Amino acid sequence: MTTIQGQGVCGGVAFGKLKLLRKSSGKIQRHHIEDAEKEWERFQNARETASRQLNDLYEKACNEVGEENAMIFDIHRMMLEDLDYLGSIRTYIQEQKINAESAVSMTAETFSEMFASMDNSYMQARAADVKDISDRIIAILSKNEVDGFTLNEPAIIGAEDLAPSETVQLDKSKILAFITEKGSAASHTSILARTMNIPAVIGAEGIMDDTFADTDIIVDGFTGHIYIDPDMQTVLEMQAKKQQTERQNELLAKLKGIKPVTKDGQKILLYANIGSLEDMPAVYANDAMGVGLFRSEFIFLESKTYPTEDEQFSIYKSALQKAMGKRVIIRTLDIGADKQVDYFSMPKEENPAMGVRAIRICLTRPAIFKTQLRALYRASIFGHLAIMFPMITSLSEVQQVKELCEEVKAELREEQIPFRENTELGIMIETPASAIISDKLAKEVDFFSIGTNDLTQYTLAIDRQNPDTTPFCDLHHLAILRLIHTVVENAHKAGIWTGICGELAGDLSLTELFLAMGVDELSVSPRLILPLKQKVLSCDVSEIKDNLLQKLK
Amino acid sequence: MKEFEYTIQDALGIHARPAGLLVKEAGKFQSDITLNVSGKSGDAKRIFSVMALAVQQGDSVKVIIEGSDEDAALTELKQFFQANL
Repeated sequence: MTTIQGQGVCGGVAFGKLKLLRKSSGKIQRHHIEDAEKEWERFQNARETASRQLNDLYEKACNEVGEENAMIFDIHRMMLEDLDYLGSIRTYIQEQKINAESAVSMTAETFSEMFASMDNSYMQARAADVKDISDRIIAILSKNEVDGFTLNEPAIIGAEDLAPSETVQLDKSKILAFITEKGSAASHTSILARTMNIPAVIGAEGIMDDTFADTDIIVDGFTGHIYIDPDMQTVLEMQAKKQQTERQNELLAKLKGIKPVTKDGQKILLYANIGSLEDMPAVYANDAMGVGLFRSEFIFLESKTYPTEDEQFSIYKSALQKAMGKRVIIRTLDIGADKQVDYFSMPKEENPAMGVRAIRICLTRPAIFKTQLRALYRASIFGHLAIMFPMITSLSEVQQVKELCEEVKAELREEQIPFRENTELGIMIETPASAIISDKLAKEVDFFSIGTNDLTQYTLAIDRQNPDTTPFCDLHHLAILRLIHTVVENAHKAGIWTGICGELAGDLSLTELFLAMGVDELSVSPRLILPLKQKVLSCDVSEIKDNLLQKLK
Repeated sequence: MKEFEYTIQDALGIHARPAGLLVKEAGKFQSDITLNVSGKSGDAKRIFSVMALAVQQGDSVKVIIEGSDEDAALTELKQFFQANL
């Protein structure tokens, strides 16, 4: 097995034989011509043919990938009519008396250099467009029509680079994936691959090795890995990945854009839990309506010292901008217990799960906490931010946290730094104490989010990291379900909404019960969103609601 | 002669697609239409000339129109920039 690492530009996994697409590197012979007018006419004829071909391609692409993406061929046609481009070719033919092929080739060189020298990666990628149109005319002039090449059976295409026109001419039903040695993520080939949803890897150096032709390979468009002549273990791993992707895609195709509403019309918000900025694309790909839990501790875990206010601000800002107006609930620092950070130099504890963790660290070290709050409030103007505090057990903790928020807001006002005054504040309900006094807590905050992992651990007195406790751990324990019900009822009495962000949120056997309770939001890892949406769409709770709730009595 | 200034809002600047649309739009008029951006100028009817300006988001573009239908061109091009760029 040989592995080549490129850059994945379109996700998906493909298995197939590698077909290498080599362009006839017809070296252009430069020669002297006698009759310049006749040569110019020959060029004009070729240009008209090229223009017609581009019109056809434009229409083909319109049907296949939509007008927006097809526009590139219309632009190519305009390039063929550009007076500067034509002027340059005409000058070469008439003044230097050289053949049309060379005139086009030399002009292409000048114009593509102009783009390549631009200080802008998008414009640099346009050099390929100039080469593409020029190659087309040269091919017509030398009667060497660009017909790509024909595929008799489905295959993975390997090429040095693929021009947009070549990409469109290939028979889509037979292409399993694209691999190119060159290319950029902004190239039209990458854009087209994404639109057609075909796995694509660019920058895969070495793929054009002749010994690889017609061998079995696997392309992973997510990671950019290409496995040539893969071993059994890789085959099995990648098959599993492929199946998972396909299931996900089928679900997505069916469910994308559909709002999660039960058959009897009950609405629920489905949000995503994420652990870093890199997860944001998955939020979109899975059609999440917002981020229900953004674990800010990764910023602290990945750092060697306390992250500064500006460092945090730029991460929060970026998350909010990427969410494009969707609600993002950022949970403040939740370290301690199983998440230790050296530079906090916390004293060693006998029982860290019940020690100084999460909000307890924040309240005993207010400077660290206020830095995070300042960064959050500063970022609040860039989207729909909600701030959430973990591990609450008492009313006074919530009041202290709110006082610190007010201090931070007053400082920012003083410094004339803009922030969103009505940024929502919420708490995690993950201790039995907070669940039991949730009627009182509900009057202090804008929302609740129930963290079922810790709530289970603390309620059942079970360490979930100790496998020996598994026989005693009933995840659907009546105590847990009653606590959740109490929290939801208390929240609604106080007029606030409540969500669940622990693992139970994605437990499909509980979805009906949560709907019957009136839970307003479920937040799960991105890959669980679509299966959960499917479940919600199939539920009809009004009839069975009383029965379900009766079981909690 | 007529002219107006416009600050580019599109995150990608005048990239290939709007450049193509602009060339088409400018081509509808008899008048000469010139774009001036940070000391460089280009002919709005020529795609390479427009793209060579490498106009980015936030750049201020001065559009200069000169010819028999300059009034109509001024109105339409203003609308075009607002709608597409």
